[in-house]
Amino acid sequence: MGTLMEEIIAAHLGRSVVAGDTVVVPVDLVMSHDTTTPLVADQLARLGRGVKHPERAVVVLDHVTPAATVAAAQQHQRCREFVAGQRIGSLLSDGICHQVLPEHGLVAPGDIVVGADSHTVTLGALGALATGMGSTDIAVAYATGETWLRVPATIQVRLEGSLQPPVSAKDLVLELVRRLGSDGARYQAIEYTGPGAASLPMGDRMTLSNMAVEMGAKAGIFAADEVTLRWLDGRSDRPCRVVTARDPGYSRSEGISLTALEPMVAPPPAVDSARPVRELAGLAVDQVFIGTCTNGRLADLAVAATLLRGRQVAVRTVVVPASREVYLEALRAGYLESLVAAGVAVESPGCGPCLGRHKGVLGPGERAVTTMSRNFRGRMGDPSSEIYLVSPATAAATALRGCLTDPREVV
Amino acid sequence: MARVWRFGDSVNTDQIIPGRYNLTTDWAALGRACFVELRPDFTSGVRPGDVIVAGEDFGCGSSREHAVIALQAAGVGAVVAPSYARIFYRNAINRGLTLLECSDLGSLADGAEVELDRISGVLREASTGREWRARPLPEFAQRIARHGGVLELVQAHGGLRGECGPDCGSGLAPVPGGESDVR
Repeated sequence: MGTLMEEIIAAHLGRSVVAGDTVVVPVDLVMSHDTTTPLVADQLARLGRGVKHPERAVVVLDHVTPAATVAAAQQHQRCREFVAGQRIGSLLSDGICHQVLPEHGLVAPGDIVVGADSHTVTLGALGALATGMGSTDIAVAYATGETWLRVPATIQVRLEGSLQPPVSAKDLVLELVRRLGSDGARYQAIEYTGPGAASLPMGDRMTLSNMAVEMGAKAGIFAADEVTLRWLDGRSDRPCRVVTARDPGYSRSEGISLTALEPMVAPPPAVDSARPVRELAGLAVDQVFIGTCTNGRLADLAVAATLLRGRQVAVRTVVVPASREVYLEALRAGYLESLVAAGVAVESPGCGPCLGRHKGVLGPGERAVTTMSRNFRGRMGDPSSEIYLVSPATAAATALRGCLTDPREVV
Repeated sequence: MARVWRFGDSVNTDQIIPGRYNLTTDWAALGRACFVELRPDFTSGVRPGDVIVAGEDFGCGSSREHAVIALQAAGVGAVVAPSYARIFYRNAINRGLTLLECSDLGSLADGAEVELDRISGVLREASTGREWRARPLPEFAQRIARHGGVLELVQAHGGLRGECGPDCGSGLAPVPGGESDVR
């Protein structure tokens, strides 16, 4: 009996748990990336321990790859040394960690996954309990194969109706963050339920799970279903422990009609600031960026390519596919050709300019409209630059007009 | 005597240390970048043991543990706030940075001189004698704090499961009620 969080933890412990319990649980997968692995390695060295289950460990080079500076190259060297020294099974450098872990079949429904990156919650889309931690917690998980958790209370987000394109999952999650607030789910989990949730493809689910952390949540999870199993087909031969919530008790229930949503934008510097795009339409923009673990997937690139095909962008625009798989599929589908012909700079897979380190850093006073998840001051470059969060459709429409544009005006 | 450095609500880890400054594990470099953009006078003015007093949800955003190291390397003795983002909270406890969870901090001004009793979790303003008492940490966090950090705990017990009473082996006993609502 319980929420998905309680059921997954109970399945790992062989006994029932309730929200508020503190537990030590075995973890199925531990992840760190190029920014966080060096600190993890330092902490493991201090502990004098190695990685207990190298086959359940994965290191991903994605934050600054290919290396943009000598410092970044040195971080990559440290990561490779760590992987070789600890005989870690997987060193991936073909895209953003939260995208390539599931693509490589490393995550299955019912898993407990911990990663040294806050957006590890993205993997909740697959029905896994996935949460972000710091490097020391991840070092302990590598060393012991376990982590400690307080079983979180769960907020139910019940989705009704269906999205009306060009309105997308990003508009939905920006509206949800606005309603709950940037700390509205702190220390809790979010469970996405209802007919609207079941109707969403995996990419949309990943967008929703991804931004659970922007509400302070420990996890943002969907129950695994036919959509999940179809997506995993051919990627993973691991047995799936499909866990379902049984008579769950939620701390709060929030209903959203997908049908009633409109394109949203979250102006800086807070993620919970979303308003309808039409209210800010016409705002001058210096750069558009489409990509990241929030919105760098095939469907996101498809929306942008469809909108920009045969046209020219009016403002500098950067597109970064979330992974090599996405890149290849977008290439084969002709999306990348449409984008490049429209004047877009298509960059190699990774986190891209989301961290302000390369591939589209902002100068003083510049304003970016992006599909990222965070609009924190200075995140993309100079502290006086600005980040507006939108959907891929709004980003592409904005690229086309050169100012913030409701995508319903250009499709 | 420690001094108070006041910050507002939702101070995120990008503000504690921007992503462009955390391509290193060097403590001194991380310390120099602490609040480099949010409060450029911070590193030149902070004295060892000074106290950050902030608003709700301190440390939200990225999981970067560099934020905790930056604070420690800059000399910060403790952070006092009504609430913390969960990853930052774990990172701080894990690295032995003192966090106090206190409400009604509004009257405590930037630059105020304070005394901090880490054991009892009491912050006292020197000029007024006013005191703030922190809510106790959850039991597991207390256990980590008692060891000075989670690595120390793992070292002492060979894993996370040491010193956990009769339920040891299949998880820990529930946290009793009335404690800080953290995790």
